[in-house]
Amino acid sequence: MSKTVRLDRRKFIGTAAASLSMASLSRPALAQGAAGRVVVIGGGFGGATCARMLKRFNPALSVVLVEANRTFTACPFSNLVIAGLRDLKQQEFGYDNLGKTGVEIAFTAATGVDADARRVTLADGATLTYDRLVLSPGVDIRWDGLPGYNEAAAAIMPHAWKAGEQTLLLRRQLEAMDDGGVVVISSPANPFRCPPGPYERASLIAYYLKTKKPKSKLIILDAKDVFSKQRLFQNVWKALYSDMVEWVSLSTGGKVTSVDPAAMTLTTDFSTYKAAVANVIPPQKAGHIAELAGVADRSGWCPIDPVTFESKLRPGIHVVGDASIAGAMPKSAFSANAQAKVCAAAVVTMLANGKPAEPRLINTCYSVVAPDYGITVAGVYKPTNGLLADIDGAGGTSPLDAPADFRAQEARLADGWFNTITAEVFG
Amino acid sequence: MPLRFLLAAILMCACGHGAWAEGLDAPAGALSCSGCHPASANVQTPAPGIVGRNADDLVASLLAFKNGKTPATVMDRVAKGFTDDEIRAIASWYAARKD
Ligand SMILES: Cc1cc2nc3c(=O)[nH]c(=O)nc-3n(C[C@H](O)[C@H](O)[C@H](O)COP(=O)(O)OP(=O)(O)OC[C@H]3O[C@@H](n4cnc5c(N)ncnc54)[C@H](O)[C@@H]3O)c2cc1C
Ligand code: HEC
Repeated sequence: MSKTVRLDRRKFIGTAAASLSMASLSRPALAQGAAGRVVVIGGGFGGATCARMLKRFNPALSVVLVEANRTFTACPFSNLVIAGLRDLKQQEFGYDNLGKTGVEIAFTAATGVDADARRVTLADGATLTYDRLVLSPGVDIRWDGLPGYNEAAAAIMPHAWKAGEQTLLLRRQLEAMDDGGVVVISSPANPFRCPPGPYERASLIAYYLKTKKPKSKLIILDAKDVFSKQRLFQNVWKALYSDMVEWVSLSTGGKVTSVDPAAMTLTTDFSTYKAAVANVIPPQKAGHIAELAGVADRSGWCPIDPVTFESKLRPGIHVVGDASIAGAMPKSAFSANAQAKVCAAAVVTMLANGKPAEPRLINTCYSVVAPDYGITVAGVYKPTNGLLADIDGAGGTSPLDAPADFRAQEARLADGWFNTITAEVFG
Repeated sequence: MPLRFLLAAILMCACGHGAWAEGLDAPAGALSCSGCHPASANVQTPAPGIVGRNADDLVASLLAFKNGKTPATVMDRVAKGFTDDEIRAIASWYAARKD
């Protein structure tokens, strides 16, 4: 049993309160030789990585991770769960091992950040002071972003864009659907979490339909004219799922402007689609705590310095993962993990009054479009004019004309990637 | 505390904390590789381990990916993002690590 699990609530608050009063008496703590304290909000791919790396880079540092849930449910590979090819249990990870590394974990929601006082407020009223704060809260749905779509509508037209109950709901709806039904996926405008995600999902739902309900059809209504790995996906739909998948682009009237869950309809500028199963992937923004901390701009996302991931709006607060505006880097678990490692190194260096070195980062998004068919898009990035930009000549997608054993190897590597990254984050 | 003292202090106290303890000195890009290349042999993946391998071998294989001389699913696209000097720095850093 890890220290984390035994850390009971009252004791934790006691510790938090004690360090609060000590910190207020003795600030600046760093000037007195202490290593300092970093609070990380959000224990997903970015936050759990960052907390672990902070402690590894400087074991003398006090690192507190604030995470709302005791079990993390990973989104990558959750499309396989929807298609009935994987169990949701395989998506679930706990924090026992992270706790063993010396990271303290508070299982509660952060409800406020006072950037001037360098203080985080927790749901139970306790507070935590910090020398530096890292936010990796992921995304929140813009419940005001699509007329007709709200939390009640999501119980009928699931988004399944945060893994867990929503994932299972979409799977059950597909299982209950009659053969010959029409599945409609609505895909949002950029930026949003996991750019290839809607199309990977469409491919795997098509796989399910082809094997179980071959008279059915799948329509993707899109608010974009181009999307990630587009040619590869479109080739797969043609080659593997012949006439089942129809993609309606923005310019051909694909942008969904409202939904009606009672009627099970999705309306675009041009027409209204009736669905047997509707998967609405709604517009998104940085997790709400980013807004509360004052690090989100009017776009709803967080501008950051590409070397340190420090907020351009509030010094002392760093933002990684989906919530950040990371230039050319897509919002992926791979990116969040890579950014978190760079950010942890920068935070440790800055706390020691050093100057963080210019980083290079890599992203690779594996998509599995059938059980033994994987495709990738990769990129290598460096800070350029205040943003993370693609390094020319690197990255790109899997070849369009690769043989079947290449696709099968990428599917096996996708599986290996999931094992590797979740071991690094939670193992 | 000046960075080199901090580094020294961390390097001294971090032994025995596992494969990545001294990671603060990682050259640019090296921290991203572990997204695919596992730190431990216990992880199930077809991606080969790179920790603790001979530096010259790592350099040779990375340059061959970069120049398109070795067939790859993804490593060619990754290696093209690094200069030869960056590749050498990353290779010696991984070579010096222990699994
Ligand atoms: C269907 C789907 C498929 C995907 N497939 C892939 C893939 O194949 N490869 C890939 O790289 N990426 C994939 N992604 C994207 C990936 O899931 C995200 O990019 C990744 O999770 C981002 O990490 P993060 O740390 O920013 O946020 P998250 O991993 O979502 O973590 C955020 C954490 O913060 C916590 N939190 C938020 N606010 C608070 C608060 N106020 N207090 C306390 N805790 C809080 C949440 O509980 C959560 O645990 C996919 C996403 C989807 C939806
Ligand atoms: C997206 C996943 C991914 C990333 C990121 C990645 N690699 Fe690789 N690497 C692979 C795969 C897969 C192979 C096997 C060749 C192939 O299929 O591309 C490989 C092969 C290698 C090899 C050859 C090893 C051998 O035994 O033949 C070396 C060396 C290597 N990678 C180093 C690195 C370094 C250094 C980095 C970081 C700069 C890195 N890799 C980043 C996936 C990755």
